[in-house]
Amino acid sequence: MSIKSLLCTSAMLATTVSMAYAETEVQWWHAMGGANGERVNKIAEDFNATQSDYKVVPVYKGNYTETMTAAIAAFRAKEHPQIVQVFEVGTATMMAAKGAIYPVEQLMKDAGEPFDGDAFLPAVVSYYETPEGELLSMPFNSSTPVMWYNKDALDAAGASIPETWDDVKVAAQKLVDNGMECGVSFGWQSWVMIENFSAWHNMEMGTKENGFAGFDTELSFNTPAVAARLDDIASMTEGNLFKYGGRRGDSLPMFTNGECGMWMNSSAYYGSMKEQADFEFGQTMLPLDTALADAPQNSVIGGATLWVLAGHEDEEYKGTAQFLSYLSSPEVQAWWHQETGYVPITTAAYELSKEQGFYDANPGTDTAIKQLSLNTPTPNSRGLRFGNFVQVRDVINEELEALWAGDKTATEALDAAVERGNTLLRKFERSVK
Amino acid sequence: MLKRVHFPSSPLPYLLVAPQLAITLVFFIWPASQAMYQSFLIEDAFGLGSEFVWFENFEALWADQHYLDAFLRTAVFSLLVAALSMGVALLLAGFAQRVVRGAMFYRTLLIWPYAVAPVLAGALWVFMFNPTLGIFPYFLDFFGIDWNHYLNGNQAMALVILAAAWKQVAYNFLFYLAAMQSIPNSVIEAAAIDGAGPGRRFFSIILPLISPTTFFLLVINMVYAFFETFGIIHAVTQGGPGSSTTILVYKVFNDGFVGLDLGGSAAQSVVLMVLVIAMTIVQFRYVERKVEY
Repeated sequence: MSIKSLLCTSAMLATTVSMAYAETEVQWWHAMGGANGERVNKIAEDFNATQSDYKVVPVYKGNYTETMTAAIAAFRAKEHPQIVQVFEVGTATMMAAKGAIYPVEQLMKDAGEPFDGDAFLPAVVSYYETPEGELLSMPFNSSTPVMWYNKDALDAAGASIPETWDDVKVAAQKLVDNGMECGVSFGWQSWVMIENFSAWHNMEMGTKENGFAGFDTELSFNTPAVAARLDDIASMTEGNLFKYGGRRGDSLPMFTNGECGMWMNSSAYYGSMKEQADFEFGQTMLPLDTALADAPQNSVIGGATLWVLAGHEDEEYKGTAQFLSYLSSPEVQAWWHQETGYVPITTAAYELSKEQGFYDANPGTDTAIKQLSLNTPTPNSRGLRFGNFVQVRDVINEELEALWAGDKTATEALDAAVERGNTLLRKFERSVK
Repeated sequence: MLKRVHFPSSPLPYLLVAPQLAITLVFFIWPASQAMYQSFLIEDAFGLGSEFVWFENFEALWADQHYLDAFLRTAVFSLLVAALSMGVALLLAGFAQRVVRGAMFYRTLLIWPYAVAPVLAGALWVFMFNPTLGIFPYFLDFFGIDWNHYLNGNQAMALVILAAAWKQVAYNFLFYLAAMQSIPNSVIEAAAIDGAGPGRRFFSIILPLISPTTFFLLVINMVYAFFETFGIIHAVTQGGPGSSTTILVYKVFNDGFVGLDLGGSAAQSVVLMVLVIAMTIVQFRYVERKVEY
């Protein structure tokens, strides 16, 4: 074989190889393990099947914190993905990294993808908008805390489904009297009992519109109103009307085992509950504290959004924009919502689910979306934007745990949480200057 | 000049040392110096802007009551882990030494836990002690103990100490067994002829003769408790409830990788680095000389 033919063959090889890679790859780092991970893969595969120019590659990177840390480390090493899923508490950190992110609304405009901000549910997108109303990241999996109840247990104890905190106490007492080990419990306590409790009763959690109006925000949830509610819950530990079961979703088994009759946590536990609970369960809206408001405002979301990172090729961003369009289409959203219990992010997806009869077949599954769209969000209920929020939440966890253990009163715990939290906020403010 | 003639310099020794030096430089010195540098900065997570602040991160640490609490907690945790795992290992080694039949079998079983990864060890204990599902809380209930390490900081601490000590027993056992086997039989037989019972022989002959091993293990176990218990704590309590099981190394991780406070986290790891260097110096300078061989 002469050198010439060798060169020729290698040149041909090179062309075939580059032909095979003609699709532009879009990396999508996410934090969805287990069944939801498979659903994420399905979404990517389905999108890849709809066209041949782009290929979305989903990569599971561990839990939310690990995924975000991995993306940041990758960004520093210039090896970052186009799309990364970041949980809601990371919003302020991402937003502050102006050179690192590509605002989704801007991306859609640049790539010429149709984008209508009004199509999205206000309570879902308001969390991720700038004060001027520009959408920064694409909502993907959003949920909100609801009140889960064991219908069989409530019926057996002769208790009704609670609507107010007074109802919760009465029901808890009846459940315990009827032989249950505990009345009520909750998880993700900062999110459920501070963040959402505040929004639900239209009270601010921090100054400067909960941080939306500036990084010089200060926490302000150490009010007598919040303290009174928490003190009351702490007093319910006596007689096991309330039992603390750990952070995050650690207390889920307490509910699915039939130990506790009521449980406040994310609506996205729907899938796990269908699998684990062998009793009839239901979900209803969060209880109202009648001393604080006559009617609930709206709850705030949790979960994660997809952020687009800066520093890639235009062609890759075109694919990214197309994929985000596909992701927010009513069909995909309705499917995702019905499978997981996350709320649909667009009104169209909600309407489609209604048309498909999903809510009639599964009563109560629209609780989350009803809670979110109860009223137009106010500055107190639009969402939260605090820097170092992961640590702030840890601080709140720690102080609340001291309260449940009886080491502190609610006022002491809240004051300490606010003071420690503010130190973290100041530290963040300095680091993003 | 004379010396040069007698010992002509050759590149060979340098070449032989070079790989080790390179590894030390790349994997130890360079990261350590990066940590030092980072500890002088206040920086946002993405590294888009940073400010050189000299010792401000360290000053913030000393002013932070929670950091000082973590110090004390780490001391208590490490001492208890070391004492518990070494005590149990010593006891087991003493017995295993005396077993005649099936000695290999027992020894193999006792060494087994060492092969378990920290996270798995942690997961094991999490299952056994889960307040709702675990078998131990169920038994403890008969004794009127309400076990809930999600809420009770002392119980959580006890649990991570137990798990950490359990994993290290195997390692200590190996060293103790080897040390005991190296004691000449004649010494023990002589004591036996003089009328010393097993207990007396253990405390008067065996224990003093294996004291070098004890001191060696003490340092190793302290370092283990300081650093390698991270996986166990991460799996069992994640530092909670409250911050009752947040030891120094866990705080480094939590502040740096979860909280993205890189400067503060780096400052903490520099403090830890200094601590380990101090411990090593103590071992070489003080302990090794004091111990009777």
